[in-house]
Amino acid sequence: MADFGPMVLRVCRAVVGPDEAEDAWSETFLAALKAYPELDEGANVEAWLVTIAHRKAIDATRAAARRPVAAGPLPERPSRTGRPEDWDGDLWAALAALPAKQRAAVAYHYLTGLPYAQIAEITGGSTDAARRAAADGIKTLRATYLARTTEGTYLARTTEGTEGEGR
Amino acid sequence: MMATMEPEARDLFGSLPEQDEQAAARLHARLAAAAAADGILDVAYRTVDTPLGTLLLAATEQGLVRVAYPGQGHDAALAQLAELVSPRILNAPGRLDGAARQLDEYFSHHRRAFDLPLDLRLSRGFRRTVLTHLLQIPYGATESYTQVAAAAGHPRAVRAAGSACATNPVPIVVPCHRVVRSDGSPGGYAGGPDAKRSLLTLEAA
Repeated sequence: MADFGPMVLRVCRAVVGPDEAEDAWSETFLAALKAYPELDEGANVEAWLVTIAHRKAIDATRAAARRPVAAGPLPERPSRTGRPEDWDGDLWAALAALPAKQRAAVAYHYLTGLPYAQIAEITGGSTDAARRAAADGIKTLRATYLARTTEGTYLARTTEGTEGEGR
Repeated sequence: MMATMEPEARDLFGSLPEQDEQAAARLHARLAAAAAADGILDVAYRTVDTPLGTLLLAATEQGLVRVAYPGQGHDAALAQLAELVSPRILNAPGRLDGAARQLDEYFSHHRRAFDLPLDLRLSRGFRRTVLTHLLQIPYGATESYTQVAAAAGHPRAVRAAGSACATNPVPIVVPCHRVVRSDGSPGGYAGGPDAKRSLLTLEAA
């Protein structure tokens, strides 16, 4: 199960954002640890973890909606806490602007490689709807986020903000 | 399984690190603490460096359940614990701080007896009886397999006493290294014959 920690963290960061991601990750793995002995042998652990993470993300979003925080425009800051592991704030700004279904479909498909049929089972709705949500999400991100890279603002930030992520 | 990294996704999520060591360490510690608080950290483990190599230590809520030598394979030991005890296993050093410290003291000649709660559930029946007896062999002393068999109530079960020692799940702490052949030669050992000789030499010093 520990093998999937980094993958689930990426998913949480992409779906609930940097502030809530670690809470969502912790709740996901605590719930998974509780339920693990009942998991069928041979079950797809990755899909199972994403399913739990998805539920935790919904909980987190609901909780955040109830919290009386000033919901102003997303700040244009590369990092909210100054921790070196924090990732590009522009990406979260762009992801946060997507409808939740599209954000989930994009994250689950592109960060875990789960097929759309499985994503549909997790998010509800049909396989086609999941595929469409991911395509629409990508289309929007191409216009909002990826367009920035050509302007240089995002590139400048990656060089200062996320070194050491070479692979 | 790695994500299908189409060029588009690489551009898109490139700034989202695939590995984030600091966050991973922070989250792992947090999970271990939360699991322990919820009573679902069934097996905690850590490693400890000793003159005999890196040992794996594992403990249930009852006590120390496993000590594994490098040669026994730490992954194999963890897999066995997952199968026989519980799959809820986390690298959570806290529960094993006492065991690690006492082993450290033992190897530096500052401790002659371990004072640790033990969980001998990996050993059953006669084997368990043998292990319980081994705990009474004092530091620096040895017994033969024949003596151990007799002390465990089955004088003729010498071979079974040998296999109880060979399958001791908590070597060093349950001192199966203090059981030697009747002719005085060390005999086999889970950590290898050299490890057994080292322990006997350590205790003789």
